This record gives sequence, structure tokens and C-alpha cells, in this order.
Amino acid sequence: MMARRHILALSALTLLAGASSRAAAQGGMAGMDHSMHKMGPDIVIPKGALYTKADVEFMQMMIAHHAQAIVMSRLAEKNGANPQVLKLSRKIDQSQMPEITIMQGWLRRYNQVAPDTSSWHTVRMEGMLSDDEMKALENAKGEEFNRLYLVGMIKHHAGAIKMVEDLFKSPGAGQEVDANVFANDVVTAQTAEIGIMRNLLAKLPPK
Amino acid sequence: MRVLRGVALLLAAAVVPTLASAQTYPSSKDPRNNLKPGRMDAGTTAKNMKLLSFSPKPAQFDTVRGLTFVNSDLAFGTHYVYQANFAGFQIWDIADPAKPVLTSVVRCITSQGDPTIYGTLLFISAEGAGNRNDCGDGGVQDPKDHMAGVRIFDVSNPKAPKLVKNVQTCKGSHTHTLVPSPTDKKVVYLYVSGQQAARPETELAGCKNGTDPADPTNSLFQLDIIKVNIDHPEEAKVIPGARIFTGLDGAGECKQFCEPVSARRAAAGGRGRPAPDPAMPTGPRNCHDVTAYPDQHLLAASCSTHSILVDISNPEKPFRISALADSNNFQGRHTAAFSNDGKKLIQTDEWGGGTGPMCQASSMIELGGNTVITLDAKKQQKQRAYFKIPSQQTAEENCVSHNGGLIPVPGRDLYVQGWYQGGVSIMDFTDADKAFEVGYFDRGPIDPPKPVDVPSAAAANAPPVRGNGNVIGGSWGAYYWNGLVFSSELDRGMDIYELTPGPELSANEIAAAKLVQFKQYNPQSQPTMTWPAAFVVVRSYLDQLVRNGGLATERTSAIDAALTAAEGKSGAARASALRALALQVDKDVAGAKDGARVTKMASEIRRLAAATK
Repeated sequence: MMARRHILALSALTLLAGASSRAAAQGGMAGMDHSMHKMGPDIVIPKGALYTKADVEFMQMMIAHHAQAIVMSRLAEKNGANPQVLKLSRKIDQSQMPEITIMQGWLRRYNQVAPDTSSWHTVRMEGMLSDDEMKALENAKGEEFNRLYLVGMIKHHAGAIKMVEDLFKSPGAGQEVDANVFANDVVTAQTAEIGIMRNLLAKLPPK
Repeated sequence: MRVLRGVALLLAAAVVPTLASAQTYPSSKDPRNNLKPGRMDAGTTAKNMKLLSFSPKPAQFDTVRGLTFVNSDLAFGTHYVYQANFAGFQIWDIADPAKPVLTSVVRCITSQGDPTIYGTLLFISAEGAGNRNDCGDGGVQDPKDHMAGVRIFDVSNPKAPKLVKNVQTCKGSHTHTLVPSPTDKKVVYLYVSGQQAARPETELAGCKNGTDPADPTNSLFQLDIIKVNIDHPEEAKVIPGARIFTGLDGAGECKQFCEPVSARRAAAGGRGRPAPDPAMPTGPRNCHDVTAYPDQHLLAASCSTHSILVDISNPEKPFRISALADSNNFQGRHTAAFSNDGKKLIQTDEWGGGTGPMCQASSMIELGGNTVITLDAKKQQKQRAYFKIPSQQTAEENCVSHNGGLIPVPGRDLYVQGWYQGGVSIMDFTDADKAFEVGYFDRGPIDPPKPVDVPSAAAANAPPVRGNGNVIGGSWGAYYWNGLVFSSELDRGMDIYELTPGPELSANEIAAAKLVQFKQYNPQSQPTMTWPAAFVVVRSYLDQLVRNGGLATERTSAIDAALTAAEGKSGAARASALRALALQVDKDVAGAKDGARVTKMASEIRRLAAATK
């Protein structure tokens, strides 16, 4: 697992040439974590485009955000999640994987850099788990896993919703139809899942 | 590979369709699997349906990929079909349904464009952040030009529709549903479902986001209502909305605020008002869609985690009767439909938002399908059967249950609906515990398979994910109207189908359905279906008794013969023969396995006798 992760992280760095060497300090989306890394060459928005730099960054960053959620969810079976948490983790996995495809498709359609799923290793957005938190989740079993997963994913989802709020606050952003529909769908799906997770968390035995 | 696929198709075609009694999912033998891809030349397959005509999307809506120019929902009036598009709408003259004629195309950037026709007014939902008051391209440069709400067009001249009014709402309008005033023929209400957060007050006065669902100034936790005088659509305005979400944080029982609370008492922080939650409540704050059944004064609202039943006896003061959350499978609620008797509901789950391929062999079965719900005498909801199309769709096909409406076959509850690139499917939910498919039409994916190009960094043990940037297409909604099924295809155009008989749908049932005619039809504002007295109506019940073994074969044969004999007579002789037959059938009730259906058939025979002159 660890070896594999290193290889993948490496391939991500190769794919996103120079990604880690040019840390973001060049502005961009409000609320973006300062440790975030740039996704590649500077974003160029063609004249007359209905989307903005904030839309492009939103799509690029959300790919990493989703990818971490999928990694977290795929731990559930091995780590002995209870049946409800397992079902929810599968739902999140199966929901967010095609959403990554949609985001990559959107970026490619507009000739923007489309990060792959390994970008979650190098990008830290709102609500994403730290390396230590990820390690704790990987090592947790049973009830401890249920708790860490639910707490972590509630925070993770709240971060995604914050990213959408920030997107719509950015002048002119969120108008391109696919980006608009996608961003609203993220809020709808993840708001509902936060409610479900709060209920599941309340049902866990006291610590 | 090609050869193998051909063999697989042959094998699939050779499978004799059996009477489905239970859902099997997913079937590796379904004829819909592995259809040839293509935008205009995709492979097709059908059961109990036949494509009568296909009308391609007009050039005005056919310029770029993505959702900007996709078709959305349908509305029906006289001999016109109003087909909405994210960039406007088109009006089809279907006087000859085999050759629809494009009457007009209106370019007006208005995602998603959910349409409703009432008289000569066409209402269109506007939600996207790039919609402008002037319908123009290029997005919103100045927030005061932003249009989010409901546009009203005058379509009295269908060749030249005119924009009469933009009614702005705080959350915009993802969809809307028309409810006529029960007391004033000149007044209709639009229940508006907005999916977005409330707009800033700087953009639209009076809009406010808040966390207290009971706060009457909070625009977020509210079902918006627009009141329209149909003689003066330019005066249409937003009236105080319905606070149907209060107290839904959690299991979903109606414990407080099940009935309207006066705004004054609530604003004063009076008794019965819960303390505002410091965090955003996790219950629903929007519906995706609401379906009205005006004749029964009911509204079924599909609101995120909850199915909410609402009393609309007074359309200006709707209140919640009951709410049900799917706490087992976590389904989201998208669109509802009532059975004709109002005792059952369907709730669809648009898992993945409609743009994801959620009907693959590996997709979870418990998500992305239809849930049947029954209503008890107190209108409390109970979750029953679940249905998802049994085919294995590809990674290139966005697929999930979507919009539909009832097919008026007497004695059965049939629901035809679009499943995006899963095609059009007809579900039988007569038995609330055993929903099954009786027909379908499907095309292959618009896009061919793409090479694996998503690295599976996050997917240590999962199969590689295929495909990128697929064209979003398929059936947005499929509806039965006056004898035919209409489907709005997002990317390709409009389909019109005829129903064709088979073991699970008889010629008599199809003929009986054709007897139900509506001058106008908006699927989310459900009309009551009634059938005139007719031999095909009686024979529909007889066919159903033969199919389900609800009455002994020698009796169904005898009744068949008696009906044929009666039909051969005329006037008083026919009426007399029918009355005699009804008496015979009365006696069959006791020994029948499906006595209720036999009783219904007897009463239909009597009704036919009474109508015979």
C-alpha cells in the first residue's frame, strides 16, 4: 500500500510537471488552502469564455477533493465498517468517481489542465484530511473507523460545500451551464449526505 | 471482439421474454446491453413499444457539447408539444405524429427550462447563474440583469411566442408545478422548487439565507409560490411561500409545524417555535420537484432525503401532512407521481444528478431507481417495492431514473419514464410490493467506448475507470399523452412511440388507454384519469384476469364469448345481454383468486350496459 502510494505520488508529479515546485502564491479562489499547489501552467481564459479562472480552479481542486473522499471510502470494507457506513461509503465512492470524470471532461473540453486522481496527494483543499488524519483512518478498525470516517467525511463534505459557496462568490463564476449544474449537484448531494452521516454518527455507541 | 459481440446479441435476442414477476438486476442477457453506439445511427431495441417518429433537435440548439443546448422537459396542449431546452424551447405541431412539424424555436438562455402550458401561457423555469432578463447569450455581466425564477411566454401565436414577464425568485427555479385555484378560474399558482442558495439581497430584495427553518424571513427553507392571474400574466408575483421543511432534521416524522404557523407568532419567537439551530439543519431545505394532484388536493414533494406529502386544499397555505426519509439506502428524492387512485406514490432517485453512468453492472442497485410508497388512511407514507431498469448500461451512458407519467390502462398502475441513456421504460406498480418492467425503448450510447485514461491512483483494487467527457444524452422525460408516448431526448431530439401488444400488455389495454384524452397535459400537475364505458375497458380487466390467473380459465373463456356475442348485438338487445353477463360475473367473485378485479369488471359491464342505447 505504502509503496504503491509513493509510486503514484511520483507519477502524479511527473504528470503535473513542476506542480510541487511552484507553490501557489498567485491568488485564485477565495478560501483556498495556502499549502495548495498549482495544477500546471498558468490558467488562460480565452476572450468571450463564459467561465472564469475560479471555475477552472474549482474543477481542478475538486478532483483532488473527490479523490481523497474515494480513498477514504475504499477503506471501509477492509477496516470493518458497520453495514450502514459501508453502504454510505460505497455510495460516495460510486457517486464521486463519475463526477471526477465529468470534471476532467469539462477541463479538457476547454483545453485546461485536467489533473488525475492522484492529485489528492499534493493538494489540500477545504475539509480535506491531513496526512496524519489519513494515517489514523487507515489504521482504525470497527467502531473507531466508523467514527473517524463519519467525522472526517462530514468535515470533507462541508469543505466541498464551502468550495461551491466560494465559487459562486467569485465575480462572474458559476455561469457556464455545466459548471453551474455540477456545482449545485455537489451541494445537493453532499448536504443530504451530511444529514445522513450526522444521523449515523448519533447511532454509534458512546465512546 | 465484434464477432463475439454479435454472437452475444443473437443469444440475447433468442431469449424468450417471460412474464416478469420480480425484478432481476442486472441482467447479463438484456437486449439493451451492448447496443451499437452512435449519435444518429445507434442500435435500438424495444419491447411493447415502437418508434413512430424521431425529430432531430433544430440547428439553433445544436452547436456545442455539454449541457448548454440540451433538451429538457415536455408539456402538451391541443396538437402541440412544448419541448424545453437549456437555451430556450421549441414548439412541435404533432397533428400528424408520424411527421411532427417544427412550429417555432425560441432562443432564450434559460437552464433548465422546465415547461408548463396553461391556456396560451407557457411557463419556463430559470435557474442557472448565466440566465439574463433579456434571454441573451454571453452571461450575466451586471447582477441586476440576472434572471432566476419563472419566465412567462404568451404562445397564443405558436409561431411567434412573446416573453411577457420574468418573475424573479430568491432560489431561482429548477422546476415548477402548476396548481389551479380551486375557487377562481382565472388564477393559477406555481410552486417553485429552487436548488440554489438564496441570492444576495443586493441582487434581489428580500432574499436571505438562514439556518432557522421556521424563520419566515429565511428564503432558504421554503417552497416558493407564484400567483398568476391568467388574464394579467404581467402582474404575476411571488406570495409568501410554504415552510414545509420545519422540524425535518432527523428521522423525518412530523413532530412540529405540521400545520401552518402564523408568521406573527413565529416572528415574535412565540411558543412552539424551536430555538434556531446554530449549525445548518441537515433536513431538506429545497425540493427538486413537486407533483400536484389537484383533484385530491395533494402534493408529493421530492426533497433531497425526504418524500413530503403536502395538503394543498388552500394553494396559498400548503402544509405538510407527512414525511418519509429513506434511512436505509440514503436515496435522494427527485420526482414523484401519484397512482390514479391517489393511494400510492412513486419517488425517483436521481443518483449522480443525471450526468453520471449509474446503471452499469457494477452500479449499486439500491440507488438510482424508483421507490413505490403507499399512503394509509391518515396519509402516512410507507416504503414498498423498489425498481431499477434491469439492463447493464455502459460507462458512456449517463443513466438514472428520471421523469415520467402514468399510462391510463384501467385496472393497472403503469408508469412510463425516461432513464437518460438507459432509454424509456414502462414500470408496472399495480402491486406496491412487486414493481416490474413491461416495456422499453433504448438506443446504444452516443459515444463509443474510450480507452482507459483515468489512472486508478485512488482505486487500488477497483477496475480502471473508462471514458471522459461523454456526451450527455438520453430521455429526460417520457410521457403518455392521448394515445402515444413522447420522449424528450437531451442531445438527439424528440421521439414519439406507439405502444404495441405483447404478453404483458394487451391490445385491449392499449385501446382502453387511448380513450383517455386530455386537451392539455402537464405531467407534474396530475389529472384524474377516467374511462368512458367501452368493450375494451371491460376486456382490459378480462385480459388481466387471464394474465394473473385471477379467475378460472373456463370462466374467462365464457365471459370472452359472451362479450363477443353482446358486441355483435345492438341497442336494447346488447344492453340486455350485458346485464345478464354482469349477473353471471357477480357469481364469479366468490370463487375467484382476484375477486376485487372480477367485481370491478362486473361494474364496468353494467356501466357499458347503461351506456348502450
